[in-house]
Amino acid sequence: MLKFILLVNKQGQTRLAQYYEHPEHERVSIERDIIRKCLAREDSQCSFLEYKNFKLVYRRYASLYFIVGVDHTENELAILELIHNIVETYDKYFDKVCELDIMFNLDKAYMILEEMVMNGRIVEMNQNRILLPIRVMDQAAQ
Amino acid sequence: MPTVAKGDAMRGLAVFISDIRNCKSKEAEQKRINKELANIRSKFKGDKTLDGYSKKKYVCKLLFIFLLGHDIDFGHMEAVNLLSSNKYTEKQIGYLFISVLVNTESELIRLIIQAIKNDLFTRNPVHICLALQCIANIGSKEMAEALAPEIPKLIVSGETLDAVKQSACLCLLRLFRTSPETVPSGEWTQRVGHLLNDQHLGVVTSATSLIHTLAQKTPEDFRQCVQLAISRLSRIVTSSYTDLQDYTYYFVPAPWLSVKLLRLLQVYPPPEDPAMRGRLNECLETILNKAQEPPKSKKVQHSNAKNAVLFEAINLIIHHDTEPTLLVRACNQLGQFLQHRETNLRYLALESMCLLASSEFSHEAVKKHMDTVITALKTERDVSVRQRAVDLLYGMCDKSNAEEIVAEMLSYLETADYSIREEMVLKVAILAEKYPVDYTWYVDTILNLIRIAGDYVSDEVWYRVIQIVINRDDVQGYAAKVVFEALQAPACHENMVKVGGYILGEFGNLIAGDQRSSPMVQFQLLHSKYHLCSAPTRGLLLSTYIKFINLFPEIKGQLQDVLRNNNNLQNADAELQQRAIEYLQLSTVASQDVLATVLEEMPPFPERESSILAKLKKKKPNVSDIEVKEGKKSSNPPTLNNSAANTPEATPASAPVPVMAAAPAPAPVQSASDDLLGLSAGPAAAVPVTNNFAAPAAPAGGGGLLVDVFDTPPAQNNVSTALAPQAEDNFFKFAIKNNGVLFENELLQIGVKAEYKGNLGRLGLFYGNKTSYPFQFFTPTVSCPGELASALNVQTKPLDVNTVEGGAQVQQIINVECIADFLDAPILSIKFSYSGSMQQINLMLPVMLNKFFEPVEMDATTFFNRWKQLNSPGQEEQKIFKATYPINQDNSRTKLLGFGFGLLDGVDPNPDNFVGAGIIKAQSSQVGCLLRLEPNMQAQMYRLTLRTSSNSVTTRLADLLLKLF
Repeated sequence: MLKFILLVNKQGQTRLAQYYEHPEHERVSIERDIIRKCLAREDSQCSFLEYKNFKLVYRRYASLYFIVGVDHTENELAILELIHNIVETYDKYFDKVCELDIMFNLDKAYMILEEMVMNGRIVEMNQNRILLPIRVMDQAAQ
Repeated sequence: MPTVAKGDAMRGLAVFISDIRNCKSKEAEQKRINKELANIRSKFKGDKTLDGYSKKKYVCKLLFIFLLGHDIDFGHMEAVNLLSSNKYTEKQIGYLFISVLVNTESELIRLIIQAIKNDLFTRNPVHICLALQCIANIGSKEMAEALAPEIPKLIVSGETLDAVKQSACLCLLRLFRTSPETVPSGEWTQRVGHLLNDQHLGVVTSATSLIHTLAQKTPEDFRQCVQLAISRLSRIVTSSYTDLQDYTYYFVPAPWLSVKLLRLLQVYPPPEDPAMRGRLNECLETILNKAQEPPKSKKVQHSNAKNAVLFEAINLIIHHDTEPTLLVRACNQLGQFLQHRETNLRYLALESMCLLASSEFSHEAVKKHMDTVITALKTERDVSVRQRAVDLLYGMCDKSNAEEIVAEMLSYLETADYSIREEMVLKVAILAEKYPVDYTWYVDTILNLIRIAGDYVSDEVWYRVIQIVINRDDVQGYAAKVVFEALQAPACHENMVKVGGYILGEFGNLIAGDQRSSPMVQFQLLHSKYHLCSAPTRGLLLSTYIKFINLFPEIKGQLQDVLRNNNNLQNADAELQQRAIEYLQLSTVASQDVLATVLEEMPPFPERESSILAKLKKKKPNVSDIEVKEGKKSSNPPTLNNSAANTPEATPASAPVPVMAAAPAPAPVQSASDDLLGLSAGPAAAVPVTNNFAAPAAPAGGGGLLVDVFDTPPAQNNVSTALAPQAEDNFFKFAIKNNGVLFENELLQIGVKAEYKGNLGRLGLFYGNKTSYPFQFFTPTVSCPGELASALNVQTKPLDVNTVEGGAQVQQIINVECIADFLDAPILSIKFSYSGSMQQINLMLPVMLNKFFEPVEMDATTFFNRWKQLNSPGQEEQKIFKATYPINQDNSRTKLLGFGFGLLDGVDPNPDNFVGAGIIKAQSSQVGCLLRLEPNMQAQMYRLTLRTSSNSVTTRLADLLLKLF
C-alpha cells in the first residue's frame, strides 16, 4: 500500500502532502530527508530507492517532483504510472497544470487526489469519473 | 502572471500565497506566517461569527502553512464546524483539514464522529463519500467502534452508487487495519467476493484491495474469490484495448486492476482444479506473450503499464513455483530486461531474478545470466542498481560458480560504495564458507576481504575464519603461512593482526621450521604491530605470546621481557595489566608439562549455523536469540558466536579445555561436566594420539586402546593427525543414513556402506589413501568397550593386505549382530605408518541402536491403545528442547523415516505433529516404540515424547533423536 504522496518543487518545498499512515514522529524532518534524497538523484538513476523500511517511487515533471512512499509489496511500475495518471488528471482539470495551480487551488488538488487514492489504495483511475464530483461542485458554486 | 484560482476564488488566500513566494529569506517568510497566524487566530476568537466562506479561506491558509512545515495548533474546532455546513465546498474543506491535520488522538474525535454519522445517513451520495473518505484517512479506534457496523451494508446494498461502494470498500479496509475485531463478520463477506464480477471496474479495483487484505487474515473465507479473480483477470488480459475503453491506459487494459488481481492470487497456492489452473496459466502465458509483441506506443507510459502487469505475473509464477516452463520463460524475459536501456527495468529485473534464483526450476536458467550481471556490477551508474546486482550474484551462487562470483565481488569491493560494503563483506564471507573450492581458497578469500575492506569486516567474520581453521587440520599450516605473509605488509589492518595473532599462536609451530618464519621472526613481526593496536588486540597478542612460550621455549626469554615490560605490567588498562602479570607468572612458575596442558591446542568448535549468516539475518531477532541460548546449553568448547566470554581473545586466559575433555562422550546431549565424567566410561570419538609440543596431560581416556599405539615402533608422531573434528558430526549423520563418508583428512578417507535387516547388519568400510605414498602396517581394528561387548556381536574380517598403495582403496567387511539394546558405539581404531611416522585415528563406528529398527504401520485406534498401555514409570521419556536446525516439516519427516520410524499420518489432530511407530529387533528381545514429536514454530522448540516397553531403549532412542532436530 501507499504510505504517503508528496508533491515537492525543485527548491524542496512541499506543495502537497497526504499521509495514509501517520508518520511515527517528526513528519517535517523525515519529509525533508526524503525530499533531499530524491532531489539529489540524477536522471540516469532509477526511479526507486530503498528508504528505511520502505521504498520511494518518484517521478519528476519539469520543476515538480512527485514522491510516493510504498511498502515492499507494492508494484513499482504501477505506482510510477499512478503518479503519471494523477498528473494527467491535474492537467485535464487545470489545463496544463503548474506549481501555482496546485498552490492556489490546494483544496481542489487534494480533492482530486482523494478521488484517486484512499487509505493508501487506488479508488478510481478513470479520469472522467475522478473529475465528475469536482465538476459537480464547481457548477454548484457558480 | 495571472494567478487566478479556479472556481470560487479566494482573493485573500491568493494574496497570502503570493506574499510568501515573494519572501526573500527564511526569516521574512517566518515573519509573514506569524503575522498571518495571529490574524487568523484573532479572527477565530473574535466576537463576530465568521461566515462559511471566511472560515473556508482561513482553513485553506492554515493548510498551506502546515505544508510549509509549521505545526498548526488551532483551527481544528472551526474545521469541525465546517463539517455541518450545508454548502458542499465548505463541508469539503472541513473534511480536508481534518483528514490532513487531525491525528487519531485528537480530543475532537467525538465531534468528528458525530458529524460523520450525520453525513453517512443522508441520502446525498456526495456527502456520504466525503464522510467515508474521512474515515478512511483517520481511521481511529473510536471511529472503528462507532462506525464499522454501518459500512458493510453500504458495500453490499444494491441501492448504493458505485462511487460510494468504492469508498466504502477502502473505508472498511482502513477500519479493519485499525481494529479488525470491530468489523462484523457475516453474510456480507460472501457477497463482497462477488464484487469481483461487478460491471464497474472501479468497484472491482477497490473490492480487490479489500478482499486481498481480508483474505490474508482468513484465506478460507475467501477461497471462492480465486476462481472469480482468475476469470476476471482472464477477461481483462484477453480483451483488446478497445473493449475496456474507460479503463485502458496507453493501450493497456486495466493495468492497476490486473496487478491487484495478480496480487490477490498470491495469497493462495496454485488452484487444484485443473480447469482453473489451465485458465490461469493461459493468462500468465498471454501476459508473457504480450511482452514479446511490438509495442503499441513508443510512450514510456505504455511500456511501464504493460511491464507492471508482467512483473506482477512473474511474481505470481515465482510464488506458485510449480510450473517449470513458466519459470524459465519468466527468467528469459527478465534476461532481456537486464540489458534494457531503461534503468528502471534493469533494476526490477535484477530484483525479480533474485527470487527466481531460489527456485529449483529456474536456478540454472538464472545462472546463464551471470556474465551480464557481473557487467552490471561493473558498469551501472546507479548504486541502487549495483546493489541489486550484488544481491542477485549472491542468490545465484552455488558450487559451480562460487569461485568466479566471489572473485568478482572481491574486485568490486575495492571500489564499492561505502553504504553497501559491510553487507558485501558478509555476503562474500558467507559464500566463501558455503561453497569453498577448498579450504586454502577459503582462507585466502577471507584474508583478502580483510585486506581490501578491513574496516567493514565485523568481528563475526574474523571469528569465523579462526573457527574454521581450528576445525580443519588440513588447512592450519597453510593458514599460518599466509597470515605470516599478509602481516609482512607495511600497513595491515588491525583485523589482520587479530587473525594473525590468533592463528600463529595456535599453529605458528607448523611454519617454524623455515628459517624465514622462525619463532623469533614470527614474534618480532607480530610485536612490530603491537604498539599500533587497540587494547583488545594487544590483549589477544599477549595471549599469543604466552602460547609462543609454550610452543617455542627457545625464545621464552624475549617473550618474558615483553610481559615484564612496564608498559604492560603497569598498564592503565586493567585487562592488559592482568594478562601481563598472570602470563608472566604462569611462564615462570609452571613446569613445561603444566604449561603444555594449560596451553593445549584449542579444541574444535562445534558446528552450528554460521554466525555471519546470523548477522545477515539479524532482522529476525528471534533467530539470534535462540542461538545464544543454544550455545549456553551445550557450551563445552567455547563458541565464537556467543557471549563475549567465549570470543577467541578471551579464551586463552582461562585455560582452554583440554582436547580430551572436548571430545564428545558417547552419550549425546549432556552438559560439559557430564562429558568429563563420560571419559572414564567410554572412549572418545576422535582421540588425538599425541602432540609434538605438549606432552598430553592424560591420554588414558581412551583406555587400553591407546596403549596399542606404542607397540609398533613409533617414529615421530605427526601433529596433523591429532584431530578429526568432523568425526562426531559425521557419526551422528549416520543415524539417518547408511552410506557416506565417515572420516576424511588430508591423508585418508573412510567411506561406509551399510545394510541392516532385523537384528543383523553388514558394513563395508572403504579406506582410501589420498596421498601418493603407501600406508604401511595398515591395521584397522574394531572393539566393543565395556558393556557393549555383551550387547553387540561384531565380526571384523581382517584385511588381505597390510599396505595401502598411494591413491588406492581397500575394502573391509564388518558384520554386526544386535543381542540387546546398547548405547555406546564400537570403536574403530586405524593405525598405519605414513612416510615413516606412525598415525592413529580413533573413530566411532556408525552402528547405533536405531539401525535395528523396523517401521510399523497401525491405525489410530491401535496406536492410542498401545500408547495407553505403555504408561509405567520409565517407559515414557519426554524432552522439550530448542531446535538446533531450522524447523521444516519435510526435513523432519525425512529424518524420522531415515531413523526408522513408520510415520502415521492423520493420527494426531494437529497436522504439524509427527506420530510414528517401530520395533527394535535385538536377538534377545523385540521392543516396540511409539513416538510423538511436536514442533513449535514460534518458539523454535520441540516436544518429543517416546514410549517403549524398555526403559533403557526409551532413553537411548530419545538421546539419539535429540541430536537430529
